[in-house]
Amino acid sequence: MAIESDVLVIGGGLAGASAAIEAARGGASARLVTHKENTLRNASGLIDVLGYHGSDEPIVEPFEAIPDLPDHHPYRKVGVDAVRESLALFDEITEGLYEGGHTETNALSPTYGGRVKPTSRYPKSAAAGLASRAEDTLLVGFETVTTFDAPLSAERLDSSVPFEVRGVTIPFPGEFRADARITRLARALDADELLDRENRTGTREALAERVSEHLGDAKRIGFPAILGDEEHREVRETLEDELGVPVFEVPMGPPSLPGMRLEDRLYEALETEGVRVESGNPVVGYTADEGRITAVSVDRGRREIPYHADQFVLATGGLVGKGIDSTREGVFEPVFDCHVPQPEERYEWFHDEAFDDQPYARFGVAVDDDLRPLDPEGDPEFSNLRAAGAVLGGYDMAREKSASGVSLSTGQVAGRNANEDLQ
Amino acid sequence: MADPVDVLVVGGGSTGCGIARDLAMRGLSVTLVEQGNLTHGTTGRMHGLLHSGGRYAVSDQASARECIEENRVLRDIAGHCVETTGGLFVQLEDDPDEYFEQKLEGCRECDIPAEVLTAEEAREREPYLTREVKRAIAVPDGAVDPFRLCVANAADAVEHGARVETHAPVTDVLVEGGEVIGVEVEHESGPGKRVHTKPGTTEEIRADHVINATGAWAGRVGEMAGVDVEVRPSKGVMMIMNVRQVDTVVNRCRPKGDADIVVPHETTAILGTTDVEVEDPEDYPEERWEVDLMIETLSQLVPILSEARTIRSFWGVRPLYEPPGTGTTDPTDITRDFFLLDHEDRDSLPGMTSIVGGKFTTYRLMAEKISDHVCEKLGVSAACRTAEEPLPGSEDFSVLREYMDEFGLRSPIGRRSVQRLGSRADEVLKTAEPNPVVCDCEAVTRAEIRDAIEGAGSDLNAVRIRTRASMGNCQGGFCCHRMASELHPEYDEETVSAAWDELVQERWKGERHALWGEGLSQAALNYQLHGTTMSLDREPAVADFAAFDSGTETATDGGKSDGD
Repeated sequence: MAIESDVLVIGGGLAGASAAIEAARGGASARLVTHKENTLRNASGLIDVLGYHGSDEPIVEPFEAIPDLPDHHPYRKVGVDAVRESLALFDEITEGLYEGGHTETNALSPTYGGRVKPTSRYPKSAAAGLASRAEDTLLVGFETVTTFDAPLSAERLDSSVPFEVRGVTIPFPGEFRADARITRLARALDADELLDRENRTGTREALAERVSEHLGDAKRIGFPAILGDEEHREVRETLEDELGVPVFEVPMGPPSLPGMRLEDRLYEALETEGVRVESGNPVVGYTADEGRITAVSVDRGRREIPYHADQFVLATGGLVGKGIDSTREGVFEPVFDCHVPQPEERYEWFHDEAFDDQPYARFGVAVDDDLRPLDPEGDPEFSNLRAAGAVLGGYDMAREKSASGVSLSTGQVAGRNANEDLQ
Repeated sequence: MADPVDVLVVGGGSTGCGIARDLAMRGLSVTLVEQGNLTHGTTGRMHGLLHSGGRYAVSDQASARECIEENRVLRDIAGHCVETTGGLFVQLEDDPDEYFEQKLEGCRECDIPAEVLTAEEAREREPYLTREVKRAIAVPDGAVDPFRLCVANAADAVEHGARVETHAPVTDVLVEGGEVIGVEVEHESGPGKRVHTKPGTTEEIRADHVINATGAWAGRVGEMAGVDVEVRPSKGVMMIMNVRQVDTVVNRCRPKGDADIVVPHETTAILGTTDVEVEDPEDYPEERWEVDLMIETLSQLVPILSEARTIRSFWGVRPLYEPPGTGTTDPTDITRDFFLLDHEDRDSLPGMTSIVGGKFTTYRLMAEKISDHVCEKLGVSAACRTAEEPLPGSEDFSVLREYMDEFGLRSPIGRRSVQRLGSRADEVLKTAEPNPVVCDCEAVTRAEIRDAIEGAGSDLNAVRIRTRASMGNCQGGFCCHRMASELHPEYDEETVSAAWDELVQERWKGERHALWGEGLSQAALNYQLHGTTMSLDREPAVADFAAFDSGTETATDGGKSDGD
């Protein structure tokens, strides 16, 4: 039987999930195909909308700053209201898991690098740690978790925030290999693995005990984001009960446990909305007729299967997720070969300082106001293809801290417009 | 001011460190000064080929003979820096037979073991060689880690009483009464180990004899003493591939040409090179055509290279020299031989000798010759022992196997640590604390990083060259900050941040030349990790923390208020 849907979304990150959920809510039959692990598992789990524009002063009110962005920025394509709406959808989907929806004002979250970062939504597990809340803080790191050095991050934060930050490194309770993965440590907390069978001491209690002697005057305690996977609420709750102060996770990754928790929640929502999700197989080609895509072909190992749909959404990610790829000769979009604006000379793709305003960081497809990718002449490549998320060009998500906001808003708008265009 | 020393060596490359070791072992008091890190100049920017001499067997047989002799010496005294890969000179269908015969004959004349392989035999050894292979000559080329070798020489010099100062550029050569009596150096962060935030000082170091072993920079030091040293720096590109496409050194068997060698090196393969004369050893263009040429030309030899991932490119500057008046125009024709310039004979300036030209494989021999020369000048009769005494790390290989499953490391990690550390493994890896991996790509553990920090101060690039941390596929995206963390709390946050930034910028310098495909994807990931997840791309200028969202009240009791 032929595979048919109204809207086919390619890509399973924030943008693709938003597009598929929105299309399904609008009444379309939606299908989402995703190839590899998406980048949520690598990202911190913070939902940034807009943190910087132009200066080093973090933006307090992101929605007020959006109109100042250049015309080609994805936010300008969808408009401020669409960004608001997409966050409302996010809040609904992530209820109980995320905070920050009570206001439009940015919060400042500590990063595991020891800086503060402007962000719009934060995992509930990170909420008690906001740097925009002036409370003395103890950061706790673990000897074998080399990616988070609590005393160093604390020293860096302490010099920039209006409260005291101390850091301490302790051994993680239990017997683990020196290079045990952080997911292994998270599982030990999840299961509250017994350390002492006689006295029935579990990992959580043992951890609290090790931390308590360092607590001092601290009003809250931050850990690297490894406080459980499935059972993260219970893990935090136990630690808070034992220690008597709020406990938070410092967002971290990869791998990112907050990112994995968000991913789980998104896929639950996709299921609830009746989106058919298929993962593991890449889209390798397409057929088109008179400027409309009629089907994409999915490589199922032994053969390529055509997936028909009326509308298509490209949400395959940017350079990191390989939604944009390149050779020595040029940068391209591998599924539909949509035009990617770029300097012709490869040596103009970058600047010589690592954190300069890097041209490559803005690589992606250019779109019209309906989010349809444009050819070199400025005409839509296909009348029924829209693009969303990091596959879009014209913005530097790392520099401006806008990755999630762009994915959510362009995803939702692409899904909605696809739905409206159904024939 | 410190007491005068017998010999001051300028230049912390292989030659300078080799000289410092040689003289210190002979009992002389030695100070070595280097403007950057050890290996900062040409030593740290070469393809890591341990020559069999085969490459010079036709054009320069004196060099070829020295190479095979020193090749044997280094296998002996520096086993932990050398991988005896073997090498091939590969003739393709259209390459000249005559040159092949000359090469074979030349190897035999220079006592370089050489065996002719059929195309089939050659492809059996190296399956990724093109089907266009006609035949090949097998020679005992090898791969050498120039960083490890150079650092081991310096460490042994220190062990024998020498003083080694890095980040100490010479600002003047002191001449009194028509004689060189020492140098003035600027210690960028004071004498001793480098610490980024420490203020600089200057020092006059007096010596009975000054050796200018600065390679491509020899003209500058000469100029400070008022003499001409006509070095002809020539740049060459090298490109690092993500895996070892070949396990033996593969040379194209044809007369000199660009892009004719692939050297397996640790987990990577290094492609080389070009040969273009430059004015300034520190400021020359790094060009796209050189990068593209490596892939295009060498994929004729090893076709898979055209599809392979490159992780970075770097350039080195050969310190070529030819006596005034020789007048060679093409730098590829300039001799690879070394020259000892006795400035007393040559320029009537006693107290200083320059050593120029030469190549990495024969660094020890060059050091021996110049040490003999200086000893004669100073009336010292001690004999050279550097060809017999193993370097630190290569003393006792019988113990290596026992390390394999020790130290609580998974065996591939343990194996690589031990290969790098050689007989020092015990001393470095046996710590009371847990020893997690800091650099995943190169399997470098915390104990190795801390050992390197002990020797290198806050200089993470010096840590990098000692350990290989941040030199793998991710080019430091996942580990630069972890390496920096190991500096803390011995060094404060400001110092750690400066050290981190310097390492990240150094990594980026080479990554820029591999910005397509996987390389560009990796660069974008690194940029996002540093810029977004860690937000280390800038220091936020927060005017008013209270203006930002501080959360809701329910958020403060964390887990307890969760709804579902």
